[in-house]
Amino acid sequence: MKLWDKLMCYSRRHSPWLFHMNGGSCNGCDIELIASLTPRYDAEQLGVRLEGSPRHADILCITGPITHNATSAIKTVYDQVCGPKAVIAIGSCPATTNVFIDSRTLEGPLDKHIPVDVFVPGCPPRPDAIILGVAKAAQILSERAAKKLPVAPVVMPLVGPGCGGACACGGASEANVESEAKMEEVKP
Amino acid sequence: MNNLITNGLITALARLLIFPGLLFAVPAAWFFLWVERKAVARMQGRIGPPFMQPFFDFVKLLGKDTPPRKGVAGLLMRAWPLIAVSTAAGAVGLLPVLPSHGGFQGDLILLLALLEVPSMCIIAAGFSSGSIFGEIGSAREAVLSVSYNVVFLLAILSIAASQHTFSLSALAGLPSSPLRWLGIVAILVCLPAKLHLNPFSLPNAEQEIYSGPMTEYAGPELAMWELSHGLEWVAATGLVATLIAPQVLFVWLAILIFVALSFGIVLLLSVVAAATARLQIDTTVRFYWQCTLIFAVLAVAAALFMRFRA
Repeated sequence: MKLWDKLMCYSRRHSPWLFHMNGGSCNGCDIELIASLTPRYDAEQLGVRLEGSPRHADILCITGPITHNATSAIKTVYDQVCGPKAVIAIGSCPATTNVFIDSRTLEGPLDKHIPVDVFVPGCPPRPDAIILGVAKAAQILSERAAKKLPVAPVVMPLVGPGCGGACACGGASEANVESEAKMEEVKP
Repeated sequence: MNNLITNGLITALARLLIFPGLLFAVPAAWFFLWVERKAVARMQGRIGPPFMQPFFDFVKLLGKDTPPRKGVAGLLMRAWPLIAVSTAAGAVGLLPVLPSHGGFQGDLILLLALLEVPSMCIIAAGFSSGSIFGEIGSAREAVLSVSYNVVFLLAILSIAASQHTFSLSALAGLPSSPLRWLGIVAILVCLPAKLHLNPFSLPNAEQEIYSGPMTEYAGPELAMWELSHGLEWVAATGLVATLIAPQVLFVWLAILIFVALSFGIVLLLSVVAAATARLQIDTTVRFYWQCTLIFAVLAVAAALFMRFRA
């Protein structure tokens, strides 16, 4: 029985199936998520598969600052993902609402609505950072399923230039600074 | 007499459970699923998933929760994947791989019927899930199965009719003839549609209708679907492999040839899948009814003609 548990834990870590959801993103992070599956980065080496249905997924990848319209959809999809599951907030937007902070059309950040396990900061984050975040989320998922313990959310380190100047902030936004500060907090 | 029946029963059980049945077919199913993903990855310039990936996926899916299902529809939804797995495994068990495997007259018809049941289960599963994407996928699968099955059955029928037999082992033991190769090519053309591969991957068109009939499935049920898909790979490629394979007397050599030929066919189908894009449903139906059907009809006509002349 112990062997089976070990095998299950190992399998969960090596077979993360993703469901990608856009919560009002500018499409920058979505492009980077897809880029992490393309030949240059090839996340399938870790067993990653992008699934069409949330029922098949283990890890919910959410991008964007969570607009008013997206909140109910995100809650529905979160409930549709079968356990054990994990949530990744991709980009600075779902973590802090980024440059759109204080907008009246937003209901973000994401962790107000559903529990988030991994934050991948960056605007947009590099595909390497996203793959690192997926691997971390798969590890959290397997640990939580094995021990039935709550695991604290993790903020991944910024990989490469956080902001490629793709967004309005030009790399020096409050959000980027804030996510770096959050990073400092979780450092041991 | 009694002894004979017991022997027959033991042989049948061994074929169903050991070779080419479950003990061989389940690892082979995972292996073929891996070959498919790996071949597509290599064609796209990627490295692709590790060797044990389909096995890890299967174990992981077994450990996941399933959404609550109520009533008769829920019961049916749980039953479809199990029926699909058992029939696909039964189809693999019927393949005449070993030289003296002891088939019976008419086992070809049973094999064709068993090969058809998983596809019917997929259609039923999509409709009983109640999801709009499942229903679209099921409708597509039904249309597709009506189109390719005519060609598929005619091709096999042409081989069987020319030899006046419905016994698999008799068919596998035949010397090769041009007519037989025509039939094998026609079967090969139908396999991408049977296995939901590009360019005929319409029922599970992931960019259009999510996962088609599988949309509402999760956890162990999805694991069973994956397994039945893998077993369908083994059965369908194995059928072609047994038709191509030369008859040899040594058991190990026969197994080796069977595995190598199946592997080659899986590789061929995966490469074609990676190199093509998905066709529309009407183009697909037209392809099977207009372009391929002619060859199948010709093959049957030639087979009947040969028989009357003989």
